[in-house]
Amino acid sequence: MVVRERFEQELKEIQAQFVEIASSSINALKIAFSALLEQDLEKSLKILEDDLIINRLEEEINDRVILMIAKQQPVATDLRRLMVLVKAASDMERVGDYAVNIAKETIRLGKEPLIFPTTNLQTMCNKTVEMLDSIIKAFTEEDTVSAKEIAELDDYVDDLYGATVTLLLRAGADNPAHIHQITHLTFVCRYLERSADHATNIAEHLFYLVKGKHYELNN
Amino acid sequence: MVIDFKEEKSVVKTIHTGAKPSIDVAKKVVYDTRNLNLWYGDHHGLKDVNLSIYENEVTAIIGPSGCGKSTYLKTLNRMVELVPIVRTSGEILYRERNILDKNYTVEELRTHVGMVFQKPNPFPKSIYDNIAYGPRIHGIKNKKILDEIVEKSLRGAAIWDEVKDRLNQNAYGLSGGQQQRICIARCLAIEPDVILMDEPTSALDPISTLKVEELVQELKKDYSIIIVTHNMQQAARISDRTAFFLSGEVIEYDKTDVIFQTPADQRTEDYISGRFG
Repeated sequence: MVVRERFEQELKEIQAQFVEIASSSINALKIAFSALLEQDLEKSLKILEDDLIINRLEEEINDRVILMIAKQQPVATDLRRLMVLVKAASDMERVGDYAVNIAKETIRLGKEPLIFPTTNLQTMCNKTVEMLDSIIKAFTEEDTVSAKEIAELDDYVDDLYGATVTLLLRAGADNPAHIHQITHLTFVCRYLERSADHATNIAEHLFYLVKGKHYELNN
Repeated sequence: MVIDFKEEKSVVKTIHTGAKPSIDVAKKVVYDTRNLNLWYGDHHGLKDVNLSIYENEVTAIIGPSGCGKSTYLKTLNRMVELVPIVRTSGEILYRERNILDKNYTVEELRTHVGMVFQKPNPFPKSIYDNIAYGPRIHGIKNKKILDEIVEKSLRGAAIWDEVKDRLNQNAYGLSGGQQQRICIARCLAIEPDVILMDEPTSALDPISTLKVEELVQELKKDYSIIIVTHNMQQAARISDRTAFFLSGEVIEYDKTDVIFQTPADQRTEDYISGRFG
């Protein structure tokens, strides 16, 4: 059997780039959130700067996949593998954008002391990062069983988001002088919830890769 | 690890299931091959082939060299009988009549089934005479009728505009791509029901290949086309269904969209992905 060595080699390299963009974005999310808690503006500014690297990585993945399709004309699983890499890379680039958004909220908040307890937000961030870390592992190992379990965790993040937003709105009503801060934290809450959604998206891409059909894992 | 979704419908909802299954009851069957076996002497060339070819579709036959795809094509117009050591068993029903039945004459069969070969093979005659050759054999002598057939056939093969002013010139003077379209026009002149194409573009340049591919798409409105091709992208581009042959067997036969996206058999996937062949 003739193995398409060049194709396999190129694919491995693109997969490695995907792992790189994934870990950079997850790391950015973690740092952006810790910078929020520490109200560290320098760290937040660095997130904005580093996002350019993440964006460039996504463009590189897209360009390499387009070249692969043009040169190697893959079909069936090979083609799906390339397509889901593009989509998953786009999901992770988006997570990087949410890290940037959180960093911008931190900058807007400045050094004003946080009046709202951040426990829920911290739990949301931990769960989102855990989901993203696990989905990247499941994606690279093409493990659909784990992917489905990870997608199910999104309900937890969604519930926490709903509860936290309710608390924030109540806090806003009770503390009209701090409505500015409450609004920024509500946005942060939203960015974390959306980041977790991208873990579900990647789980769905994996199912498409393995099964060749579209599945909705978390309705 | 892969989940068996049959048991997990409550958890995972399928929102799109891809192409429809291969058996198409709404379509008319042109050829129905049943348990066809073919031997070249001791060599078992085709093994239990079961295949339904549908009307007004392009059916592609793919597979590595020596897999039996050209042999199968040549059984459909009984050209394979030219090889003296060939034996067959089973049935090939063309419009519900078994063409392997000795009462079915080759002459009759070939009025319904035309063929285009790998290398363009026009006769060493004028363009006009190439096209008029078949109708003349079938007894048409009226110049006006022959003129009409020649024009209609050349238009059908998308070459009329290129040759209408030089119909009396020798067909050998045309380019390879034009010669192949002349051969297609010659095939159309007998108004066949089915056109068999054996790697019709393998000797053509990319532009001529594209023209023939476009032509095939046009022709399927009026004819049923079966094409053997080594070019998998061509099969993916122009066919409605694809059969994958390997060592004389049909490994998989389905809608082309399914074959090139989610083939059921690993051997099909390996072949179309270029992992052997």
